Amino acid sequence: MTGYPANSILVLVDVSLSGQLRSGAAELIGAAASVGSAVALALAPVGNAERLGSELAALGASQVLIAEPQELASSVVMPTVDALAAAAAAVAPEAVLTANSIRGRDAAARFAARSGSALALDAVGISRDEEGIIAHHSVYGGAYLVDSAASTDALVITLRQGSSELRAEAQPSNVQQLPVAASGAPDATITAYRETAAASSRPELRGADIVVSGGRGLGSGENFSLVEGLADALGGAIGASRAAVDAGYVPQTMQVGQTGVTVAPQLYIALGISGAIQHRAGMQTSKTIIAINKDPDAPIFDIADFGVVGDIFTVVPQLVAAIEAKRG
Amino acid sequence: MKVIVLMKEVPDTYGERTLDLETGLLNRSASEPVLDEITERALEVALSHREKDANTEVILLTVGPDGTLPATLRKGLAMGADRAVHVQDSALLGADLTLTAQVIAAAAKHIGFDLIIAGNASTDGGGGALPSMLTELLGVAGLASLSTVAIDELTVSGGCNTEFDSYEASIDLPGVISVTEALPDARFPNFKGIMAAKKKPFETLDLAQLGIILDEETARSIVISAAQRPARNAGIRIEDAGDAGDQIAEFLAQNQLIKGRSA
Ligand SMILES: Cc1cc2nc3c(=O)[nH]c(=O)nc-3n(C[C@H](O)[C@H](O)[C@H](O)COP(=O)(O)OP(=O)(O)OC[C@H]3O[C@@H](n4cnc5c(N)ncnc54)[C@H](O)[C@@H]3O)c2cc1C
Repeated sequence: MTGYPANSILVLVDVSLSGQLRSGAAELIGAAASVGSAVALALAPVGNAERLGSELAALGASQVLIAEPQELASSVVMPTVDALAAAAAAVAPEAVLTANSIRGRDAAARFAARSGSALALDAVGISRDEEGIIAHHSVYGGAYLVDSAASTDALVITLRQGSSELRAEAQPSNVQQLPVAASGAPDATITAYRETAAASSRPELRGADIVVSGGRGLGSGENFSLVEGLADALGGAIGASRAAVDAGYVPQTMQVGQTGVTVAPQLYIALGISGAIQHRAGMQTSKTIIAINKDPDAPIFDIADFGVVGDIFTVVPQLVAAIEAKRG
Repeated sequence: MKVIVLMKEVPDTYGERTLDLETGLLNRSASEPVLDEITERALEVALSHREKDANTEVILLTVGPDGTLPATLRKGLAMGADRAVHVQDSALLGADLTLTAQVIAAAAKHIGFDLIIAGNASTDGGGGALPSMLTELLGVAGLASLSTVAIDELTVSGGCNTEFDSYEASIDLPGVISVTEALPDARFPNFKGIMAAKKKPFETLDLAQLGIILDEETARSIVISAAQRPARNAGIRIEDAGDAGDQIAEFLAQNQLIKGRSA
């Protein structure tokens, strides 16, 4: 194996079981390359190494490591942890970066526990000072900005999806197989599997420039088409409050808030959402907030740049028509 | 079956949560302490399993400062847990995730367990990593972020919906699982439960009793700076007089938020 630069950042990227690179790799590599040399690690089914290597190089990875574990499809996380351990041993990185996704976080947490490394979760950016890598966090709904670092050794960081706009320059392709010794540690066995990352024409909620969210005020799942219509007129993504999720209008993956996704788009439109503190925690750092609610005392108005006291079922159709008219 | 449920005391999320800018630590006194809702749901999973398998012991485990925590934890006993264990030590002030996970792992070994149930992420600076770290430290199998759970004698299975995929998986016990808020709300403690809770065993342990010696050399995550963002203010608010839709569109256009058709 070739040597690795002292400023290497090991980046775990996510690949589907059919060998396709999932969204998020560009963001992770972009963040890593802004502070060091991005070494990407991908776990993939056999036969994809060359293609993934060049795709990841195009995103800015200076070196790419591919692991092809046999239990990729049947194991939940252990092959990933074992591969991270093997890659970290080979690369001796300054930091290890994964997405703060359910799986990325699981793998990062286990790797940190196994290697005795410090863990920085849900970072919204990374930088470096003379002493090493720093993780930046936006906590309590963005009310505070906190920086953290490791007291010693490599910092393991999970990066909030869609939080960083840095992108790296393409590098020449440099891909290698990573030999991984399986730890044999107990793992969960997958008994049924479904890919859900649907090919939607709408942008992903995380990282979207415009988000239109609906709450309990929509009244039903069918009525959510009102939210979709406005989102599509603006080219935005769709979000929801927990009450809308609990009522079954939309899947949980759309929930914005403290226990859902945190977003910080250019524009956030809240339809029929009261603005409970737990919802605001997930969207109050949006650049511009618009709210439509029929209750003049709804707390969402306290943080809205433009608030309309009115009925979403009359205001939104008019708004969509007016947007279409302005776009010509 | 011996089931440990990890409970956490957090500031009530309905209140404003504040951070001490000197230490970067949560201001625990600023807002009323409550059991984290997600840990109550985890407890509900354990209690409903005990209803099916009376041979189940449900033990609450928490790590945190003295003060309000014992009283907060009583609520879990009132809901129906059999006993509680509280690990408390002044050396744990400002403990990072790695240390907290080590302490919980030691306490879980001390108690003994077939299954540990946790919430997927706590509401105060919760990263959602602790259950995974614990699983790794204990060297058992684990399943994180389950939105459905089925427990039987030797295995636990469940479903997980991630950002990209959705799967069913199972583990052989002993093991650790974490559950999401897709699981049912917790039951309310009734009067009988509240009275019974007063007599239930409540054990307090310190680090020495768990055989943990803090090592200065260990890698820790440290806060190097903390700053407050300015609060957001309310802007324009209008009553709809029949043209609010047009007015919002005008506002969007002025702020260049309407993209052209080709964009
Ligand atoms: C630990 C914890 C975590 C939580 N995490 C989250 C989270 O991540 N995300 C989240 O969203 N919530 C979260 N919540 C729940 C939160 O407290 C609120 O219950 C929830 O946000 C309410 O959703 P809502 O605004 O859609 O519903 P409601 O509060 O019921 O508000 C509905 C609003 O719609 C308005 N309305 C009704 N009909 C119309 C109409 N025709 N036109 C215009 N307006 C109309 C009403 O005036 C009302 O203001 C959490 C709670 C707890 C305890």
